[in-house]
Formats: sequence, C-alpha cells, structure tokens
Amino acid sequence: MKILYFAHFREKANVAEEEVELPDGISDVNSLIDWLESRSDGYADAFADRDHIRVAVNQEHVDFDTLVKMGDEVAFFPPMTGG
Amino acid sequence: MTIRVQSQDFDAGAEIAKISATNTNVGGVCSFIGVVRESADTISAMTLEHYPGMTEKLLAKIEAEAQERWPLEDSLIIHRYGRMEPGEQIVLVVTASAHRKAAFEACEFLIDWLKTKAPFWKSEETAEGTKWVEAKASDDQAADKWSEK
Repeated sequence: MKILYFAHFREKANVAEEEVELPDGISDVNSLIDWLESRSDGYADAFADRDHIRVAVNQEHVDFDTLVKMGDEVAFFPPMTGG
Repeated sequence: MTIRVQSQDFDAGAEIAKISATNTNVGGVCSFIGVVRESADTISAMTLEHYPGMTEKLLAKIEAEAQERWPLEDSLIIHRYGRMEPGEQIVLVVTASAHRKAAFEACEFLIDWLKTKAPFWKSEETAEGTKWVEAKASDDQAADKWSEK
C-alpha cells in the first residue's frame, strides 16, 4: 500500500510517501490509523487529533470506516485551506 | 473549460481577454483573483502545497458541476502552489456566460468550493516561525450554502 502524508502529517511523521506491507487485521481506515500511530512517537503525534484528520483512498475523499487493501493509495491530510 | 495547477504567476487580463475573444456567445465575464495578504501576525510569505493528481481530478469535477448548474459558455481555474509573498496572486477563477447572473453565481460557487474542498494547504511564515493555516468555519459555511440550493 502506498501512503502519502501532507502538511503537518508529513512533518510530524517525517515522511512524505512510503510503501507499506499491511500487517494482518487492518481492514479499514480506522484500523490503519491505529496501526500507524503505534509505529513511532512521530506518527502518534501526527494522528493524535482524529477530528482533524482527512483521508483519501485512491484520490477520493472517504470516511474512516472505508475498507482499505494492499494496492490502494491512501493519503492523510488536515482540512483544506486552498483559494 | 480549463484547469491549471502551476507554480508560476498568471496574467489575469490576458486570460480573461482570451475567453471573451474566442467565444462570441459570451455576454459577461466574471473573475475572482485571490491574493496573498499580510495578516495580523504580519506574514513574510506563505507556501501552498497540494496533492498532485487528486487536485486536478477534483478541480475538473467541480468545474463540470458548475457547468451543469449554470449555463456557462466557458470557465477557467488557475491555482498556484509553492512560496508566495504578500501581493502575489494565488488563484484565478473566471466564468463566462451569455448573461451576468450565471457568471457571478458560478464564480462565487467555484471559489467557495476551492477554499474548503480542494486539496491545498497553506503554511505562513510568521515572526514565531512557520505555521499551518487552520481551516475556517466561515469558509465551510460559505461552501455549504451551495449544497442547500
């Protein structure tokens, strides 16, 4: 699975993009976040405030209960501030 | 119908002139230009990052939605990314229609949408260092008003 991190997610997790092998038991965005948080203090810090996490799977905005699988492109970012 | 996501500046006058010159059904052109301003913290610059791929896809989708909702002859969205100083242009939205009402409304719809739904993130250089700009509730409300109609 390809995971992309934008804005403060990239800074706190200290990675912009990575390929990960999913461990067993990860079925949706919620469980993916739980697993990412456990990887390091930086990741834990990035995902600490769940109300401010926005996620896209294969470049579509989705909710946390959306299913994810190997081969997906998942992106984490804060609420948008364009314009 | 054009979408451009680019780091370089744009010439709004030339872009608008091109739209009205190439389509004689156009009776009104409305444009919005977003500019970097100095905030209370006196920013020295801001940097916009985006999600390449998803940005273009979403911008094309919202432009198509504007086409469906209003009788537009043409439209253009240019959104910049990278570092910009106060006074620099960030975004250009142009809508063209036979009559002014559709052009005004579609232009406002597009910029309201861009503020909250396009995958861009701003960071500001302030006296205390670089800070990510937080999303504003008022921008969400501005975007939401279009889904109530």
